[in-house]
Amino acid sequence: MKPKHQRFVLAGLALLAIFGASALALSALRDEAAFFYAPADIVGHLPDPNRSVRLGGMVKQGSVERQGDGVTIRFVVTDGKASVPVRFTGVTPDLFREGSGVVAEGHFRADGGFTADTLLAKHDERYMPPQMAGKMHKTESLKP
Amino acid sequence: MRHWLLWAPLLVFAGIVALVAMEMHQPSDRTVFSHMVGRDLPRFDLAPLLDDKPGINAALYRRGKPRLVNIFASWCVPCAAEAPQLADLAARGVPIDAVAVRDTPGDVRTFLNRWGDPYARLGSDPKGRVQLALGSSGVPETFVIDGQGKIVEQHVGPIREEDIPGILKALEDAR
Amino acid sequence: MIAEAGLAILWLAASLALLQCALAITGIRFNRDDIMAAVRPVAVVQGVLTLFAMAALIALFARSDMSVLLVAENSHSMKPLLYKIAGAWGNHEGSMLLWVTILGISGAAIAIFEWRLDRRTVIATLGAQGLIALGFFAFLLLSSNPFARIWPPPADGRGLNPLLQDPGLAFHPPTLYFGYVGLSVAFSFAVGALVTREVGPAFARAMRPWILGAWLFLTLGITAGSYWAYYELGWGGWWFWDPVENASLMPWLAATALLHSVNVLATRDGLRAWTIMLAVVAFSMSMIGTFLVRSGILTSVHSFAVDPARGSFLLVLLAIYIGGALALFAARIGTVRQGNTFDPVSREAGLVLNNLLLSVILGIVLIGTLYPLVAQAMGVQLSVGKPFFDKTVGPVALLLMIALAAGPMLRWRRDDARLLMRRMALPAGAALATLTALLFLTAGAGALPLTGLALAAGLALASVAPLWGRNLRRMPLFTWGMVIAHLGVAVAVTGMASEAAFTRERLVALRLGQSVDVGPYRVAFTGVKPQVGKNWSAIGGVLTARRGGGTAVLNPQRRYFSDPVTTTNESAILTAFDGQLYTVLGERNADGRWQLRLWWKPLVTLIWLGGGMIALGGLLSLIGRVTREWRTERRRRRVAAGMI
Repeated sequence: MKPKHQRFVLAGLALLAIFGASALALSALRDEAAFFYAPADIVGHLPDPNRSVRLGGMVKQGSVERQGDGVTIRFVVTDGKASVPVRFTGVTPDLFREGSGVVAEGHFRADGGFTADTLLAKHDERYMPPQMAGKMHKTESLKP
Repeated sequence: MRHWLLWAPLLVFAGIVALVAMEMHQPSDRTVFSHMVGRDLPRFDLAPLLDDKPGINAALYRRGKPRLVNIFASWCVPCAAEAPQLADLAARGVPIDAVAVRDTPGDVRTFLNRWGDPYARLGSDPKGRVQLALGSSGVPETFVIDGQGKIVEQHVGPIREEDIPGILKALEDAR
Repeated sequence: MIAEAGLAILWLAASLALLQCALAITGIRFNRDDIMAAVRPVAVVQGVLTLFAMAALIALFARSDMSVLLVAENSHSMKPLLYKIAGAWGNHEGSMLLWVTILGISGAAIAIFEWRLDRRTVIATLGAQGLIALGFFAFLLLSSNPFARIWPPPADGRGLNPLLQDPGLAFHPPTLYFGYVGLSVAFSFAVGALVTREVGPAFARAMRPWILGAWLFLTLGITAGSYWAYYELGWGGWWFWDPVENASLMPWLAATALLHSVNVLATRDGLRAWTIMLAVVAFSMSMIGTFLVRSGILTSVHSFAVDPARGSFLLVLLAIYIGGALALFAARIGTVRQGNTFDPVSREAGLVLNNLLLSVILGIVLIGTLYPLVAQAMGVQLSVGKPFFDKTVGPVALLLMIALAAGPMLRWRRDDARLLMRRMALPAGAALATLTALLFLTAGAGALPLTGLALAAGLALASVAPLWGRNLRRMPLFTWGMVIAHLGVAVAVTGMASEAAFTRERLVALRLGQSVDVGPYRVAFTGVKPQVGKNWSAIGGVLTARRGGGTAVLNPQRRYFSDPVTTTNESAILTAFDGQLYTVLGERNADGRWQLRLWWKPLVTLIWLGGGMIALGGLLSLIGRVTREWRTERRRRRVAAGMI
């Protein structure tokens, strides 16, 4: 093979790899990207139950109830316009409480409820680390 | 065709830069605005933290005159940065109440001595519960409450000089 | 005084960087030897000065000089000395200073040690280094001066955050920085070679130790970061595909590809354009990664504070450097002579396949990381997480393992496909046997992890094949490095696949005295006890884990910190020879039961053991290459002296 020829083949292969990667990534993104919904967004059109999505809103006052197994809870996420019942099995984050913000990762069920795999409470140090929380609005330094 | 290909990486990179630049100039949801704006204040009652300053409670805001609620903490640097602006507002006769988040009397005293004290009242929110109830996600934040106990505006982050006219206008509109 | 001196030194170093750059450009442009000769000393002095500036900042932190704004904001007089010192780079300004310091020192090292590469390329490289440093100096001096004073000085600093006082956090960022800056050196070499059009084996040999070093540090940093997230977050996972993690993974992928292609260039003088391109991409990835994380554009578990002005500054720097290099590449590479060719079945072809697969993974990770930004620009909010990356990266990584097994068995330049088949028979047989055994013995495990385990078995055999029938004592150190690193990949993949396939998880609410089975353990909840630390109090669960005749006590805690008020879950981990028992204590329910989350993770430790082996392999290769270069250089000089 001539050098020039080989360079051409290599460039072609590289291009093919990039296209392959993009095609693979984009097709998978269509299935796997987790959209973010507020309860009002899903009124009328429920997202596909097989997709993992995020649901964000406030935990409704007085809605948290613990199930008999001790590790499953049910509560209602609301954004003021609509609300969604959520079921979650696991250790709840420390700042999860009624009336505060929450982001639930999981999927919708056919009955319109939501099954959460992970809960991220706002102010959770793992969601917004405490070392940053104090700095959250820090946009300028303290100059005299 | 080969020459065109050689420029492809540069094009891809330019695309990424353009995307990021666009994102930076219109930061989307980084400031978490409260769901409470436009609604009545939740019921709360905060004990005083300092001997010479009364605490605050929700009833205070139903007396017909708009007030500011400033959520701050002595351990927060930008809170000190907004102190001159708060002093300016106080000098214009705006009543400002403070919710001191996770703080101690000594620290707050030092903070106020050093940066000035614009507050009419100061309530202690040791666990940040009232802060959460107001839908605030950090310090400092400032809420404009009208005379009927309704939250009419939320200012996230330190108040800068250019923010003062907006806040005064919100107070005026709330009358 | 120290702060003012530090600032003055910084200005001086910045002007030297400008000088270094200007001298290199004029020297090369007008081909003036005398001007070019001045570049090396300038680079050395600039390196020494940046070192002094960094030392000044560390001294300020060590002395807790609260009149310096940066110290007041990030330190506290009560901190242990180690964390005071680590505080110097645990913040935005300090980490940028650390970055230029490492950059300056590596520039000085090139100026002092690099004599084999042709002179003009070295000078052009130093010029490019000066240009990069200049941008960061401008950034430091104009928008994030680490030595700014505050008046009146506060009584004490703000930073006594207990969560930041962790040895992992103290040393993790500098480790990654060494990696990123090492890649910037490779980038400078690539730019230098594009300027002079001298792309060849000498260039590859000059660049190689830097790539190896950078890659070694990145590997260590990623491995350590993964373990830190595993034990600290209490979520039981070891990799979350978080933007910050991706930001360190992307340069690593590019550096791995570069590491292999530079060997082709050094040994066989092939893949010239490709290697140059990879060097540019590797540094671009480290800059894009740090930028995305630092600017807070991508929100993540570890986000930093956002400052639009600084963000724009960094973005402009990034655009100039990477855009400039890519434009230079497009304009110049057509005039660089094509390297040697090779057969479709040869070591070179194997390495090309490795490079292509690594590039595919890199492309996928980049798209997955940036996609939320694209969607956001179109007004849609979404996140891309583990399911996406597992589904896309997983299969490509398995293909890469096959290439990895075959590569070292191939001969340079030309090989026989049938011979390759014969050499691959044993590893392939081992992989098939493992797969069959696994299919019979386990039920319900996913296809991907099982294939991973089978391929890991094959790869483990294949990677020690280069040792077969050779005199082990005469084998060069870098061959040992390759064998150990490849074996490390097999070990790490075994850990990952086993964790994915066989993890057992239990989530229960228990009363005192009750017990639960997880994996081979029976775990009894025997008590809770309050515990007090320096700045926290905790409720600790007492768990007695029984397996066979032996028992062990675990003590997972919920910790309450007072300053600032936070609660953290401290997981407790029991390491056995065949895996780990991972326990987390949750809340106490109203009925008096405690929530417990328990995992049995078989062979999970192999993930980090494998990572360590990969890094060790890199270290051995680095030592092997450097000593060999050193020896040939000495021999060459002796011969030259003898001839005179």
